[in-house]
Amino acid sequence: MTSISLNHFLFLAAIIFTIGVLGIFLNKKNVIIILMSIELILLSVNINFIAFSVFLGDISGQIFAMFILTVAAAEAAIGLAILVVFFRNLGSIEVQQINKLKG
Amino acid sequence: MINFIVFLPLIGFLYCVFIGKFFNDNFAQLFTTILLFISAFFSWIVFIKYLGGAETQIVLLTNWITSGMFSVDWSLRIDSLTATMLVVVTSVSACVHLYSIGYMRGDSSIKRFMGYLSLFTFFMLMLVTSNNLLQMFFGWEGVGLASYLLIGFWHHKDSANKAAMKAFIINRVGDFGFALGIAGVFLIFGSVDFQVIFLEAHNLKDHEFNFLSLQLSTVNTLCFLLFIGAMGKSAQLGLHTWLPDAMEGPTPVSALIHAATMVTAGVFMVARMSPLFEYAEFTNLFIIFIGSSTAIFAATIALTQNDIKKVIAYSTCSQLGYMFFAAGLGAYNSAIFHLMTHGFFKALLFLSAGSVIHAMHHEQDMKKMGGLFKKIPFTGTMMWIGSLAIIGFPYFSGYYSKESILENAYFSSSSMSQYAYTVGILTASLTAFYSWRLLFLTFHGETRSSKEAYNNAHESPKVMTVSLFMLAFGSIFAGIFLSDYFIGDKQDIFWNQVISLSHGEHHHMPFIQTLIIKASVSIGLLLAAFIYFYREGSAKLLSFKLKPLYSISLNKWYIDEIYNIIFVKPYFYLASFFWKKGDINIIDAYGPNGASRLIILFSKGLSFFQSGYLYHYAFVMLGGLVIILTWFIYF
Repeated sequence: MTSISLNHFLFLAAIIFTIGVLGIFLNKKNVIIILMSIELILLSVNINFIAFSVFLGDISGQIFAMFILTVAAAEAAIGLAILVVFFRNLGSIEVQQINKLKG
Repeated sequence: MINFIVFLPLIGFLYCVFIGKFFNDNFAQLFTTILLFISAFFSWIVFIKYLGGAETQIVLLTNWITSGMFSVDWSLRIDSLTATMLVVVTSVSACVHLYSIGYMRGDSSIKRFMGYLSLFTFFMLMLVTSNNLLQMFFGWEGVGLASYLLIGFWHHKDSANKAAMKAFIINRVGDFGFALGIAGVFLIFGSVDFQVIFLEAHNLKDHEFNFLSLQLSTVNTLCFLLFIGAMGKSAQLGLHTWLPDAMEGPTPVSALIHAATMVTAGVFMVARMSPLFEYAEFTNLFIIFIGSSTAIFAATIALTQNDIKKVIAYSTCSQLGYMFFAAGLGAYNSAIFHLMTHGFFKALLFLSAGSVIHAMHHEQDMKKMGGLFKKIPFTGTMMWIGSLAIIGFPYFSGYYSKESILENAYFSSSSMSQYAYTVGILTASLTAFYSWRLLFLTFHGETRSSKEAYNNAHESPKVMTVSLFMLAFGSIFAGIFLSDYFIGDKQDIFWNQVISLSHGEHHHMPFIQTLIIKASVSIGLLLAAFIYFYREGSAKLLSFKLKPLYSISLNKWYIDEIYNIIFVKPYFYLASFFWKKGDINIIDAYGPNGASRLIILFSKGLSFFQSGYLYHYAFVMLGGLVIILTWFIYF
């Protein structure tokens, strides 16, 4: 049985990050998926922080992770609130239809 | 007192423009007219004082420009020349103001009209009282402006607007010469003040300067340039085409501006600068030539015109020619005397014509008049008086002034004098012809107007006839009372070295010569009577027999058409070339329009990036982040 090394953690984080980024770009349907993808990206970063923190024996990485969780929670709350209002106004949350910013 | 004379009309103008709108029309008319009469009254007091020979008086108002050597004051100069002009200008202007009350009744902008008339009078007074060339130029341009405004007074008429522009533009040509002359005078004398110029003038006699390797006489050049200005303002041959067209303005305007005062400004200027002009021998020949040519040229046109005002306009042009050749001969006093008498009788003729037009409900075509004497006897009498004065019937004012001009031409030693004398006599005959043609066509014979118009013809209101009467008084008696002072025994005392007088003893013309003059006038008169009164059909026959001559005269020697081909058309082509090719295709295309087209192109390219889709923005952000990070890590 091989022990779990730092590289494994980093790979996991990289995979989750990539899934998050692709979720943002390839998703044409639903805004909620974008929010979820952002959460995934943040989580991958968290994994990196904690992994380095354990392997380097430095507690500040874990403290940072706690911060990020807090911010992510707040961000999710605000994002969902905006989404609710958005849906109420336009009756749709399809990403393809959200192009009001076009100049 | 002189301040009152000059500035009362200005007050009238300011009242009409700024305060008048709160009060009714009648008050504005009354107010400006009363101010003018006060001004005229003071002018006569000043004039009578100068009849006895008073010193030149200069009233300094304030400094205008001081720049290095160049210093110009606002000041009023009064001497016998100015006093004469003051009397002519304010008297005629007062009569015209009074007359306008009747003539303009029912017009929708009476205040504006009275205001402009007063403004014109103010500028004219500024012109004649100036003590330097620059202030004169101020008045000169001011009367041009007032003339423009008044010719185009009925601005709903297209022809009036065009005539106003024509007058203004042709005057610019002359004014260009005048401005150059002033600049030249300053260059030579170092000042534009009259005293300085007159004191230094004799030093200039043989002065020459080099221009494009030509040795030119300074004094001739200066006077020539100044005379170009006078030609424009006084409608002399070549720059005369604006004057007949200026008859588009209301008739009181024609009487005041285009007969009695403004158009004589050129003669006044030449007389004012006479201490300089008397040394300009070549220019004097030129003045005589232009003056006498204008006299006969305009008279030939006046023979066949059918518009009653046009006939009088060309007659004005012709009489101005007389004044100029008198000035060119050095008889400045005769020129000014003729200016004065002409001011009275020509204003009378114009205002009588206005009265006829008023009676006929704005009909100006003499072919549609005739037999009006029975309907409007007073106006008819006035017209007779004016006509008698203009042909120089003995003891009317024109007799003295015209006779003295011809006398000077007869005795002059100038090489052009023979030409001037011959032309002067011919013109006198033509003058008699067209004046009587006008009288017969308008007042006598069978009427050619419609029955309705003829029966409705009515004598003008009192305000108009009173001013006619005052001018008639001037036309008859100005000669008898004033000829002694202007051209007779008392001339040295009266002029008091203000203008240069021809020295030498006072001759009297041989009897045979005066007889020739009178005979030629009578021939013109009788011919007119024969053609237009006794044999009414003969006019038509004659115009048919002499077709080429007739059409040249009727079409004003085709001068307008020639100018149109030589100046106007090429200018339009050039202007439209520069406008279409130069302005639109080059400057606009590469300048503002080019820049704006470039900006549109760029912004279209840039707006391609702004798709509005969130994921595009996110992608760009991420891509940018990756690039920046890569940069930081590897470089």
